[in-house]
Amino acid sequence: MANEETPFQRIVGDFVADPVAVFGLVLLTIIMLIAIFAPLISPQNPYDLAQLDVMDSRLPPGTSSPTGGTFWLGTDDQGRDMLSAIFYGLRISLSVGVIATVIALAIGLALGLVAAYFGGRTETIIMRIADIQLSFPAILIALILLAVLGQGMFKIIAALVTVQWAYYARTVRSAALVEKRKEYIEAARCLALAPPRIVFRHLLPNCLPPLIVVATVQVAAAIALEATLSFLGLGLPITEPSLGLLIANGYQYLLSGKYWISFFPGVALLLTIVSINLVADQMRDVLNPRLQR
Amino acid sequence: MLVYVIRRSLQAVLVMFVMSVLVFVGVYAIGNPIDILINPQADQNEREHAIVALGLDKPLWTQYGKFLLGALHGDLGRSFVHSTSALGLILERMPATLELAIVAMLIAIALGIPLGLWAGLKPHSVAGRSIMAGSILGFSLPTFWVGLMLIMVFSVMLGWLPSNGRGPTTLLLGIPVSFTSVEGWRHLILPATNLALFKLALLIRLTRAGTREALLQDYVKFARAKGLSNARVIGVHVLRNILIPIVTVIGLEFGSVIAFAIVTESVFAWPGMGKLLIDSINLLDRPIIVAYLLVIVFMFILINLLVDLLYSALDPRVRLTESKG
Amino acid sequence: MTPAADPLLDVEGLCTRFFTKAGVVKAVQDVSFSVRRGEVLGLVGESGSGKSMTGYSIMGLIDPPGRMVAGRILFDGRELSSLSPEAMRRLRGNRIAMIFQDPMMTLNPVLRIDAQMVETIRAHGRVSHSAALERSREALVKVGIPSPDERLKGYPHQFSGGMRQRVAIAIALLNHPALIIADEPTTALDVTIQGQILFEMQKLSRETGAALIWITHDLSVIAGLADRICVMYAGRIVEEGTTADVLTAPRHPYTRGLLDSVPANTPPRERLRQIPGMTPSLLEIGPGCAFRSRCPRAQDDCEHDPEMRPYGAAGQAIRCFHPLEAP
Repeated sequence: MANEETPFQRIVGDFVADPVAVFGLVLLTIIMLIAIFAPLISPQNPYDLAQLDVMDSRLPPGTSSPTGGTFWLGTDDQGRDMLSAIFYGLRISLSVGVIATVIALAIGLALGLVAAYFGGRTETIIMRIADIQLSFPAILIALILLAVLGQGMFKIIAALVTVQWAYYARTVRSAALVEKRKEYIEAARCLALAPPRIVFRHLLPNCLPPLIVVATVQVAAAIALEATLSFLGLGLPITEPSLGLLIANGYQYLLSGKYWISFFPGVALLLTIVSINLVADQMRDVLNPRLQR
Repeated sequence: MLVYVIRRSLQAVLVMFVMSVLVFVGVYAIGNPIDILINPQADQNEREHAIVALGLDKPLWTQYGKFLLGALHGDLGRSFVHSTSALGLILERMPATLELAIVAMLIAIALGIPLGLWAGLKPHSVAGRSIMAGSILGFSLPTFWVGLMLIMVFSVMLGWLPSNGRGPTTLLLGIPVSFTSVEGWRHLILPATNLALFKLALLIRLTRAGTREALLQDYVKFARAKGLSNARVIGVHVLRNILIPIVTVIGLEFGSVIAFAIVTESVFAWPGMGKLLIDSINLLDRPIIVAYLLVIVFMFILINLLVDLLYSALDPRVRLTESKG
Repeated sequence: MTPAADPLLDVEGLCTRFFTKAGVVKAVQDVSFSVRRGEVLGLVGESGSGKSMTGYSIMGLIDPPGRMVAGRILFDGRELSSLSPEAMRRLRGNRIAMIFQDPMMTLNPVLRIDAQMVETIRAHGRVSHSAALERSREALVKVGIPSPDERLKGYPHQFSGGMRQRVAIAIALLNHPALIIADEPTTALDVTIQGQILFEMQKLSRETGAALIWITHDLSVIAGLADRICVMYAGRIVEEGTTADVLTAPRHPYTRGLLDSVPANTPPRERLRQIPGMTPSLLEIGPGCAFRSRCPRAQDDCEHDPEMRPYGAAGQAIRCFHPLEAP
């Protein structure tokens, strides 16, 4: 054996072997940076009503603004600079997607581990519920939940969490079941280690790789779902427009040729989702033990 | 085989029963049934009347009995907005949704399987890679935005196709359909393509994976050793094997297509069940929501049942183990 | 049946390599042999010796990342490696047929037996469906499968292992090939069934006059069947001769080792003999005799590549600088 490399080094090495994946990662990083630093880099604060002038509304891209700058991507029906609106919108879309995924991950992880470790009826019940839920399309579940619960940021996140947790629970449980059968768990049990310790220090690290892949894909799915819900009018409130809502706003102007109000937020959404999917695809190949030499 | 059919059908009935209990609990026990079933604009008198009429003052299990009885008779409440039977309204709109869903599914299959096959046979060629890249794009693009872009390009800029509504309908076996006329197709093609996109990407990926796996199997080598033409090896030996899992996926995804139609119908103002649902949610017309839920659950269970039966019909190995067991 | 004089198959200097990410695997190195019409040739070696790959190379079934890089394969006077894919396809299943090791994997599980047989016939001639069906039925009878009409309508998983292999043999014989390559056809079967299949193959090859290349790792199997034997090691042929010569008076130390390690050849109460060391990975084969690290007779000059040197009158040859003397 010539050079030993840590698993992490190998993962990074395999990842960058594919230029498309690297492109996705770069794109994603740019998008995340934009989202984080939105207030600093936006030409205008789109929520500050004082800065808006309805006379500026619906201007095409490239028009110069009265304050000396340029509306690079045009303005919407309230006179908001599209570029700024998109930056802030990215922020909202990304945060909602990530928060929902993290919460769903925590819940799904916990339930999956419990199901795998305790087995028996507990496992059957949890997995049955997960299976039934997964057999229905996410959008339906989310719609019905929102119809019952009403609108608002927390309710959207609750809906997104409900839609997602079952994926994690199922993934974790399968991985944990495989690990559980391995001998080191038998050994740990024989040493009378407390169950939580076995679960956290032994089962968990080996379930992580598939989880990371699923979680990444799910962030993209959550962002897309939130956008769809917002577009349908059931999502986030108008005061903090996510990309979906921006697109919805522009819908009515499409037929009169003012495409930019819907088009550019859509492109931003698209780039976000595509970059996440590219990264997730490559991670799936890299982390898959079966594809290792 | 018959035993299997009967057994699966009974299972389906059981699941339907369980789902009805869940919906009932959701509506009557968790949600406030008074708000859900009685028009919020009714005055005090009408309210009291309605409460008695709907039996909302009786114990829960009596209410469930009434609910179930009503459901079996097709009575799922009356719409607040339209003042007609909720179920009736939904059934009226169903053909439009089904038409859209079926055409979308057909587009996805007709394009997805051949493209996936090609990508699987030549994975490292330019065509193969672009097909895969295209498929990533296909399921990354949010459906509603693609719909908007389709409208922008084909209706606004090019002016070739209408941007909303359904074409003229004729009756086929008593069901109104619109694909019988050219004008009907002009209205149908954009929303159907929009709806098909996601499934198309899925099918391409699935077919490609299945093809790559099948090509490594010994029976492919053996078929070539027998001197069969490439067309036969791929068209019969490989295709037959990958079609089985693909068909099941198609069947299961069909339910999801009907659900996704909600979005497409909203974008294109297509008069189907989905648009009705969104309108009802926005107008707080709750009996429609309840009715929609039950109908969709029923359709899902039915589709699952049919797919299971279809699978056992297609895979000879399953058929025989069932008959032995 | 005495084989005719001119060889049906003449392989010379065959080299097949696999170009993988881990390196170049020299699966088949400088393999030469010939098979006369009606002759049975045994190709013997352990797993990884390149014997199956030799068979695939002849059939033209080497898939990327593998490739035949050098050599000549003359079949009935035609150079196979220079044929167009379509011309090669016409030969496969028609003039040259192949039988694989595990019939469960090689018969398509979702197609009926009659479909898989009829397509073989119709791929090589304009035959009506009913005529092809009739021929298939006759073929099943010839390999000893009872109730052929029912069996034709069945699926592979409804047959036992031995029956499936008989079907594979029947398929191979459908178009009356001049050469059959059988790649370990009995390895996956029970010992009792092995004997039946062997007997079947012997009978059929005599009846049809087809030449047979029988690839196996099991010397006992080849003993009663083959006219000549080629012993392969690490991608090369190391010894060639008549069956009697090779099995009773082997010259190559490896062949001697193989024979000695057959448990039945060990006198009772003695320790079982084995060849020390392990077969080398085909990835790391360097120059020199591949067997030298395990050979009791190895000396310094074995670091050079030994050539195949013929001896005797019956086409024997040996690849060794220090062969055993014939007793």
